Amino acid sequence: MKSVAIVGASLAGLSAARALRAQGFGGRLTIVGAEPHRPYDRPPLSKEFLAGQMTTADLALEGDGEDLDAEWRLGVAATGLEQGRSLRIALADGSAVEADGVVIATGAVARTLGGNLAGVHTLRTIEDAAALRADLDAARRLVVIGAGFIGAEVACVARTLGLDVTIVEAAPAPFARALGPEMGTALAGLHEAHGVRLICGAAVRTLTGEGRVDGVLLEDGRRLDADVVLVGIGARPAVDWLDGSGVTVGDGVVCDTGGATSVPGVVAVGDCAAWFDPALGAHLRVEHWTGAARRPATAARTLLSGGAAVPDTLAPPYLWSDQYGMRVQFAGHTLPGDEVSVEEGDLASRRFLAVYRREGRTVAVLGVDQPRSFTRWRRRVNEPAGAR
Amino acid sequence: MIPACPIAALPRGEALRIETDPPIAVFHTEDGELYAVDDTCTHQDASLADGWLEGCEVECPLHASRFDLRTGRVDAPPAKLPVRTHQVVVRDETVYVVPSDLPPNLPPGVRTGSA
Ligand SMILES: Cc1cc2nc3c(=O)[nH]c(=O)nc-3n(C[C@H](O)[C@H](O)[C@H](O)COP(=O)(O)OP(=O)(O)OC[C@H]3O[C@@H](n4cnc5c(N)ncnc54)[C@H](O)[C@@H]3O)c2cc1C
Ligand code: FES
Repeated sequence: MKSVAIVGASLAGLSAARALRAQGFGGRLTIVGAEPHRPYDRPPLSKEFLAGQMTTADLALEGDGEDLDAEWRLGVAATGLEQGRSLRIALADGSAVEADGVVIATGAVARTLGGNLAGVHTLRTIEDAAALRADLDAARRLVVIGAGFIGAEVACVARTLGLDVTIVEAAPAPFARALGPEMGTALAGLHEAHGVRLICGAAVRTLTGEGRVDGVLLEDGRRLDADVVLVGIGARPAVDWLDGSGVTVGDGVVCDTGGATSVPGVVAVGDCAAWFDPALGAHLRVEHWTGAARRPATAARTLLSGGAAVPDTLAPPYLWSDQYGMRVQFAGHTLPGDEVSVEEGDLASRRFLAVYRREGRTVAVLGVDQPRSFTRWRRRVNEPAGAR
Repeated sequence: MIPACPIAALPRGEALRIETDPPIAVFHTEDGELYAVDDTCTHQDASLADGWLEGCEVECPLHASRFDLRTGRVDAPPAKLPVRTHQVVVRDETVYVVPSDLPPNLPPGVRTGSA
């Protein structure tokens, strides 16, 4: 393989570039990124950066003096991928990049509710975070739509800034999709204890206001006043540019356990990719930092070996979230019907370790302020039943 | 030299935090070696004594960067800076740490009491 193009210049793209070089790839490397920035870290955007404890410089993902000997094409989006004698990536400025291998690392974009009222935000980029922070500084009431991790973290920061905060969630409990209803409910108490109003099982009918948002109207007729609204209803994979390329797309780019796509010489990594997870027996798009940082090493081996390398055992998905100084950690994947039991600590103190089991097998663990035991339990996820 | 604990109190595979400023973590590896490093991860405020000890490496409990206990070197992000190492001495069945005079690599937002 003489040349590789990486599309997406964020965590997964940078990690892929590092892995290719570390695995001895000495050919031409091009990194295409739609954002004008060098790769930066997103988790602090809803935490320390939003709180003003971290600067733009602190977000840099590259090390001081790090040089991957790559050509960076930043501030220009890829618009298409064509297969010919080589792979050809068309760019928005009319130019193109040709390469023998392609890494798709275009991540995800925040879902929106549509409309264009001022004061309504989503949070995915550094510009989003700066704009949200500026609005929070001038506001008294924040309504967060969607009780996922990003929304909850923004709610935390807004509370420390002294705002009145309400979270509205359509499901019966917060974090239900990621943690299941039981543990989601356990974490709800943490927010209520910090003065956040949490309204679950309530759908949003519309946002109100003229020019600028002034409230949120719920389906049951309730109205919540708001100066700022954060829409935190998840993200969709940024894969539209692959239309017509022959790369199979479902919920994200469909990949095998080594990151290979349906097109030879093309792998996909990070938030845009749904790798086959053997423990689950299904493709799963994982939208967490650690997968975007670690899986590219496997994908790079797949690419450089022409698919001959045996993929590493897939580590279970892992996420962390920081809320009111509590460390929330979760590894694995839970499905409705899993049995959940608290193995250490207790829910009342909000310091606990919970284990999720399916047919006797540990399929996920949740730690709230239990980093030590979490580290140990995390290794048992997906071990065969009765192994320990 | 700071006394850490009697050697019997730190079995192989275990770690101990001493509440110095900044705190220090002492590790007893499965191979019977003793190492000491600053307890605070260089990425964020996590305790490396809570991490996963494997061979001469400890994996940070929060975001899984691994530090080589012999050199302090980090393998992969998110941590970028090495962790400071300290010398360990065993005398009369007691583990002692000789703190380094080099400056620590503490994460943003974490300060020592004196600084
Ligand atoms: C606010 C926030 C907080 C988070 N907090 C946590 C956390 O606490 N813990 C955790 O585990 N995870 C967290 N995450 C998730 C984590 O940041 C992501 O998993 C990670 O960023 C994924 O990296 P990626 O490179 O796959 O995608 P992204 O970071 O989304 O990057 C994709 C890049 O590709 C670019 N791109 C898109 N389309 C094109 C195109 N056509 N051509 C060229 N470039 C393109 C985009 O502009 C972007 O720069 C958080 C995410 C956000 C947004
Ligand atoms: S706190 Fe140690 S790697 Fe992040």
